[in-house]
Amino acid sequence: MIKVLLFAGLAEEAGTHELEFEFLGEKRMTINDIRRRIVDTYPGISHEIERAMIAVNEEFVNEELYLSDQDVVAFIPPVSGG
Amino acid sequence: MSQDMYQITKDMISIEQTVSKVAHRNAGAINTFIGVVRELTKGKKTLYLEYEAYESMAAKKLEQIGLEIKEKWPEASVAITHRIGRLDITDIAVVIAVSSPHRADSFEASRYAIERIKEIVPIWKKEHWENGESWIGDQKETVQYRTGKPEGMEND
Repeated sequence: MIKVLLFAGLAEEAGTHELEFEFLGEKRMTINDIRRRIVDTYPGISHEIERAMIAVNEEFVNEELYLSDQDVVAFIPPVSGG
Repeated sequence: MSQDMYQITKDMISIEQTVSKVAHRNAGAINTFIGVVRELTKGKKTLYLEYEAYESMAAKKLEQIGLEIKEKWPEASVAITHRIGRLDITDIAVVIAVSSPHRADSFEASRYAIERIKEIVPIWKKEHWENGESWIGDQKETVQYRTGKPEGMEND
């Protein structure tokens, strides 16, 4: 199972802070794959999700990364803390 | 101890408590940065703010900033407290406290900390004003990425 966390405007657009995807196997799922599937389900999210940074297990990563089972993916829109 | 220095909280921030975390016998200077909710942004009047965070990762990134500061200014101590949830005008959103033996380091490290927070810490603010609301999507606070719906409109 891959858990996906959404925040701020992305979460509002999707109507949820959390999504789950079945893990398809080692070297078979990239972050790009996940993002495409999210955009398929929530087309309105596509512009914003392109601008988001990506974290896996709380570290920023490259979108070409292959996912492992139990990974937690977070789409991090441009931040505005402080 | 490292965990206590970097906190995300829903509670009102105590400046004194954050400062006390970096006070020590060899600290000749303590510099504080206090981020406060402001009413006017480009002539637009904010009613209140909402802060949201990826809490576990945000705490980690605050800690990372602390480590970066330690590398550049080895004698500095840092504590950062960031508040989330609904904040009203003049509420304190963040307190950064930096101590060092001599004052130059604490000034510089304090500035460094707030600039880094605005780059890498997964916290977002949403501005609520009379005729709408919007998540702010840029560390320079210039870009709104409009996914909020104006308040007062009928739901579809």
